[in-house]
Amino acid sequence: MTNGIPRSIRSGIAGLLAGAAGWSNQALADGVNLQEPASVLARSIYDLHTIITLICVVIFIGVFGVMFYSVYAHRKSKGHKAAQFHENVKVEIAWTVIPLIILIAMMFPATRAVLEMKDTSAADITIKVTGYQWKWGYDYLQDGFGFYSTMTTPMAQIEGREAKTANYLLEVDNPLVVPVGKKIRVLITANDVLHSWWMPVFGVKQDAIPGFVRDSWFTANREGTFRGQCAELCGKEHGFMPIVVEVVSEPKYVAWVADQKKRAAAVADDPNKVWDLAALVARGEKVYANNCVACHQATGKGVPPAFPPLDGSPRVTGPKADQIHILLEGVMKDGKATAMVSFAKQLSDTDIAAAITYTRNSWGNKTGEAIQPAEIKAARK
Amino acid sequence: MTSATHGLGHPQHAPGAHDSHDDHAHGPPSGFMRWVSTTNHKDIGTMYMLFALMNFFIGGVMAMIIRAELFQPGLQVVNPDFFNQMTSLHGLIMIFGAIMPVFVGFANWQIPLMIGAPDMAFARMNNWSFWLLPPATILLIGSLFVPGGSLSAGWTLYPPLTVQQGMGMDLVIFAVHIMGASSIMGSINIITTILNMRAPGMTLFKMPMFCWTWLITAFLLIAAMPVLAGAVTMLLTDRHFGTSFFNAAGGGDPVLFQHIFWFFGHPEVYIIALPAFGVVSQVIPAFSRKPLFGYTSMVYATASIAILSFMVWAHHMYAVGMPAAGQLFFMYATALIAVPTGVKVFNWVATMWKGSLTFETPMLFACGFLFLFTLGGFTGLVLAIVPVDIQLQDTYYVVAHFHYVMVAGALFSAFAAVYFWIPKWTGRMYDETLGKWHFWLSMIGFNLTFFVQHFLGLAGMPRRIPDYNLQFANFNMVSSLGAFLFGGSQLLFVYIVYKCYRGSGEKAAANPWDGAEGLEWTLPSPPPYHTFETPPAVK
Repeated sequence: MTNGIPRSIRSGIAGLLAGAAGWSNQALADGVNLQEPASVLARSIYDLHTIITLICVVIFIGVFGVMFYSVYAHRKSKGHKAAQFHENVKVEIAWTVIPLIILIAMMFPATRAVLEMKDTSAADITIKVTGYQWKWGYDYLQDGFGFYSTMTTPMAQIEGREAKTANYLLEVDNPLVVPVGKKIRVLITANDVLHSWWMPVFGVKQDAIPGFVRDSWFTANREGTFRGQCAELCGKEHGFMPIVVEVVSEPKYVAWVADQKKRAAAVADDPNKVWDLAALVARGEKVYANNCVACHQATGKGVPPAFPPLDGSPRVTGPKADQIHILLEGVMKDGKATAMVSFAKQLSDTDIAAAITYTRNSWGNKTGEAIQPAEIKAARK
Repeated sequence: MTSATHGLGHPQHAPGAHDSHDDHAHGPPSGFMRWVSTTNHKDIGTMYMLFALMNFFIGGVMAMIIRAELFQPGLQVVNPDFFNQMTSLHGLIMIFGAIMPVFVGFANWQIPLMIGAPDMAFARMNNWSFWLLPPATILLIGSLFVPGGSLSAGWTLYPPLTVQQGMGMDLVIFAVHIMGASSIMGSINIITTILNMRAPGMTLFKMPMFCWTWLITAFLLIAAMPVLAGAVTMLLTDRHFGTSFFNAAGGGDPVLFQHIFWFFGHPEVYIIALPAFGVVSQVIPAFSRKPLFGYTSMVYATASIAILSFMVWAHHMYAVGMPAAGQLFFMYATALIAVPTGVKVFNWVATMWKGSLTFETPMLFACGFLFLFTLGGFTGLVLAIVPVDIQLQDTYYVVAHFHYVMVAGALFSAFAAVYFWIPKWTGRMYDETLGKWHFWLSMIGFNLTFFVQHFLGLAGMPRRIPDYNLQFANFNMVSSLGAFLFGGSQLLFVYIVYKCYRGSGEKAAANPWDGAEGLEWTLPSPPPYHTFETPPAVK
């Protein structure tokens, strides 16, 4: 790659020639034009850029063709005598109105692309992207897991003690993984200072603003590994927070999500750990406060009839399997879901076990039972 | 008139220009105090220009450091934090220390000569507006040496990064305050001079274009600089006095700063560009030996650009995210600026058309300006298109774009101005051969540096990074080599200017150019210390 100047001059000239000869995508792919798009949106932008640039090139050649003809032909050294004309209202109007018409014509495809770009509705998957100094955080909101993504290029390469590899500065430990052909909505924010999440092949660049959430979207149209970078100066390591997105097939994505969830669960709590009653009640109080208290109230009395009491309820003091079932499956009434939804996805085995234990040993309920996470795990289908 | 040069020697009193009264019997002080206490527009103009030249080299050295680090992938020359300090200060020093002052220098020298006024309207304030600048530069440069170093958050000063900075940031804030005050005073002076001190018969629509563009620029400055002062003051209070203008946790908004900054920042682009347009509008007719085509439409186009420049600020912020209606409005308004700018370019080309052209150095630089500034204008139009800008925002494409506008635009125009007027200022012709060398080396060096940056940006290289992937290595090397050539060839410029001020070179006639017209060319070269004490007759 670093074989000196000739190659870049060659590719530069190739680029110019290709531009003059009709902007062949093939010849320009080598680092002199926008990257080959991998999404519908990036394709629109690519084509829009080509059209606008071509119009500009044509006008430029026209105007400076005239200037250079004048430079060539109207020289004093050739004995050219200066004419003394110095105004013409018709000409002035013409070169005001004609450019205006060209600009208005340009605005049609541009406006269409803007509206396409801003339409983040009907997304299949929503991922929250958070910029940190100096890494990216990704949260899969629908699947309830997340991770950080940090550059892996070693300092030895940066400082020249080792040879630089092809993905120098553009490689990370945990890439963002998305399925091909699905509309991905990215919610972008930052934790500390401004960052900007930029994936050239998807045509997405959105500043990450601390305290605010902005969104963008892309639909990858082919599988592969794609690379981008932070585009907003965010301090000294700004050049070292790359973005890597792996676009995979739908089945692979599903498998990857399952794997991620398992890993997330594994990191959280070991569902096979055996807890004592006091510890479960203490933890359960917190889970209850975060998830249950709004309806069932701190007193356990609920707000009947919509939100039944837990204190003294036969469902809480009765067989534990019934209560576990309610938390995992929710409550249906006349075939419709009630406010008591399933907590199977929201809470871990340990949290559910703790919450149940807490309710069975609080207020007037004195079952003295400690429900272990393993029982919840077993009850999950 | 004596043969001594005006320049840096003792001021000469021309008996002819100075007949009826002589109430300052002792004359101005000599030596250093002459420059500290002077109220003479020519002395102040000279000081502005020398000050700008000094900053041009300080900012230039920073650019060389940047390009040296980017010569190859990997970190070799500086650490990332210092690299960021260099890019930030390079921007501030070149804009506020070099480009703006040099055009104020031209205004000081030329406007009174061009409109037949004896001096600027507020001569003492003129002295003060210049002498505010050196302390500002000292603060900027000094910020490099305080604990934590200087501003490393970019010349655009975006919070929250600027709130994180060390005390170097506070020095920069005060420097910006001081430079803003200086610009506002300078602008008031220029407006008052032009509106009140024109010689009898010099109606507004008889004024040279340079005066028109400066009149409009001065209004832009008065409108824009206080906005910047407000923005940096809010930064200061956010940093030290517990306010939360730009902190979401306290109810503020980091994006608010960007809106305020670019409400200043976009007019600032035209504050730099319009006087450059003015210079080119003087130079092209002179060397085409033909009057400026479409003078009236040029005035209206300049005014239109100035007004539109206040309505397009958010095109710097497309990637921040705003409603579709907002993006569309700013896209349409930005594209609209291409119309009056196009009118100016067409008028300049029409001025050359069927002229009797010669290509002395000022004309070369003016043609270089016309060609490359227009290229920068076209990339500006590409960037105005929101979806395309989303790809190119904060990449090297933008770096290339604004250097075509600022360097090939404003700087080349400043070179044209110096070569055009230096015979008047010093009484000596510059060395034409060296001048041409300076032009061609600058032209080649500039394009090597910045043309390839379009490709880098398109291919995906972000700006403000000290290191990059190998796919960008070749063009970066070309760019750095070009930058070293471009930077080095500016030493030639210093030598050429020095020769004129030293008084070597051919003596200049009152009007050394066949085609140049205007009151300044009716005066001897160099002009006496005091000129037009009796208003000239304007036909």
